[in-house]
Amino acid sequence: MSQPLRPDLQIIADWIRPGSRVLDLGCGEGELLDYLRREKQVQGHGIEVDDERLAAAIRRGLPVLQQDLDQGLRQFADNSVDTVVLSLTLQAVYYPRELLLEMLRVGREGIVTFPNMGHWRARWQLGVTGRMPMTDVLPHSWYDTPNIHLCTIDDFDALCHDNQIAVLERRVLDDRRRNTAANRVWPNLLGEVALYRCALRQPEEKK
Amino acid sequence: MVEKIPADSVGIVSYHDLEIREALTLACGQSLPSYNLRYECYGELNAARSNAILLCHALSGDHHAAGYHSVEDRKPGWWDNMIGPGKPIDTRRFFVVCSNFLGSCKGSTGPASINPATGEPWGLDFPMVTVADWVHTQAVLSDHLGIAQWAAIVGGSLGGMQVLQWAIDFPERLRHAVVIAAAPKLSAQNIGFNEVCRQAIMSDPDFHGGRYYQAGTKPKHGLALARMIGHITYLSDDAMGKKFGRETRGGKQLSYGFDIDFEVESYLRYQGQRFVEHFDANSYLFITKALDYFDPAAAHGGDLAATFAQVRARFLVASFSSDWRFAPERSREIVQALFRAGAAVSYAEIEAQHGHDSFLLPIPQYHRVMRAHFERIAEEQGL
Repeated sequence: MSQPLRPDLQIIADWIRPGSRVLDLGCGEGELLDYLRREKQVQGHGIEVDDERLAAAIRRGLPVLQQDLDQGLRQFADNSVDTVVLSLTLQAVYYPRELLLEMLRVGREGIVTFPNMGHWRARWQLGVTGRMPMTDVLPHSWYDTPNIHLCTIDDFDALCHDNQIAVLERRVLDDRRRNTAANRVWPNLLGEVALYRCALRQPEEKK
Repeated sequence: MVEKIPADSVGIVSYHDLEIREALTLACGQSLPSYNLRYECYGELNAARSNAILLCHALSGDHHAAGYHSVEDRKPGWWDNMIGPGKPIDTRRFFVVCSNFLGSCKGSTGPASINPATGEPWGLDFPMVTVADWVHTQAVLSDHLGIAQWAAIVGGSLGGMQVLQWAIDFPERLRHAVVIAAAPKLSAQNIGFNEVCRQAIMSDPDFHGGRYYQAGTKPKHGLALARMIGHITYLSDDAMGKKFGRETRGGKQLSYGFDIDFEVESYLRYQGQRFVEHFDANSYLFITKALDYFDPAAAHGGDLAATFAQVRARFLVASFSSDWRFAPERSREIVQALFRAGAAVSYAEIEAQHGHDSFLLPIPQYHRVMRAHFERIAEEQGL
């Protein structure tokens, strides 16, 4: 009865423990949340700012709160959920670093996925053709894109390192949404979508 | 007079009265020896009794939420744009009930009713009624109708507060709670406005300590003033600006006197006078007090999340961007407390220019969210 999830969403779903509490930031029409509630008995809420997507998620019977992520998550208490998900949305917020830290305050773990600007096709477009990259995951022209904070996998790793964020697990999907051995060797070149499961480092782990 | 009853109207409707002969002990400690509840129903209750929706009305509302009492009516019920065949609360699927609360002047027992002990109108001797009392009497009505569990209970403003109280006091008796443009309690500013309204009424020379029925008068001026103040708080600065600006009445020159110069003055006076024709001043006093006293978290040391610990209903909370009477911030307090309590809650913050009154208007995004929500409820129940 249920359609298979998109490969990136399936990886996120596999990372989430059954019966846990989840907050899905920028949940859209609630595809992931719907799956998690049905298949993993997750107690989940979505956050979505867009009117139409909000109504679509409500039509699905999902608990979803209308809120702009750029306003932060300050109304949510520390560790009030198990996992906070930010799926292909990091690049569209005004304050990605602050939001990432907020996610890891509200949730014990965070799952972040983003389009990798280090992917060879993006490099080719910018480096050889001299044009701003436009790909399947970044389909907009530079002048009307919601994606205002693009980064590469290496950039994100540096952000985590500088902010005491521990990367618990990482997957990289290539442009056919496959997770191949080559991806693991050259993630920043072959990965089109990067998926991270992370948490704040405990004080004693700090370098 | 309505030209023709529209196809998406519930049509010509009539009210019912439920006379309760048992005494009702109220939250204030006093009791009513007997009371009447007036209500209306739209649609058909299904055999499983699983399609019933209860509407809770606001300050000046009543049981007449949809349809027309006769073809002579100028206007349909107060929420006609929301309720009817094919409307967001679709009466082809749902059985909809709206009851008038105690203390009102619209048919349920209130201060203008006769006190059986004296044979005269109650006036200010009517016992103070609270939101919890209203909810308890609505539960009595539910028993009478044979509805063990409502598919949803829905209300805006003071109606939304009744929905919160329902979810707290009778967690097993509703599956969904829809709370629109409400607040978990009134702010000092809200209470302040209510007090000015009450003082306008009580300082009217025709008030006679609330015994104006016997004196053959009505505190018309005071009640009209109260309504004018209330009306300003229901609209936004923006909406008033768009509607009236600084237009003078009939485009005339300024009078340099104290008669009506501006359209907005004319409009407010007209609203005040219209209101006096169909509303009782004592009811206004009692209902605004019920608003002021509403604070379900007070019993839990002010902890709203603890107050919601037992709720079972799934919530939809909605607010309107330009509402400053019960601003979006107040709805977010409710949402966050429900979230902390582990309840399932959806929240829609709707862009609207019409202030608090938005909850009565057919704003596209508002109706889209309501339609989506009730379609889902119908689907869950196999309606």
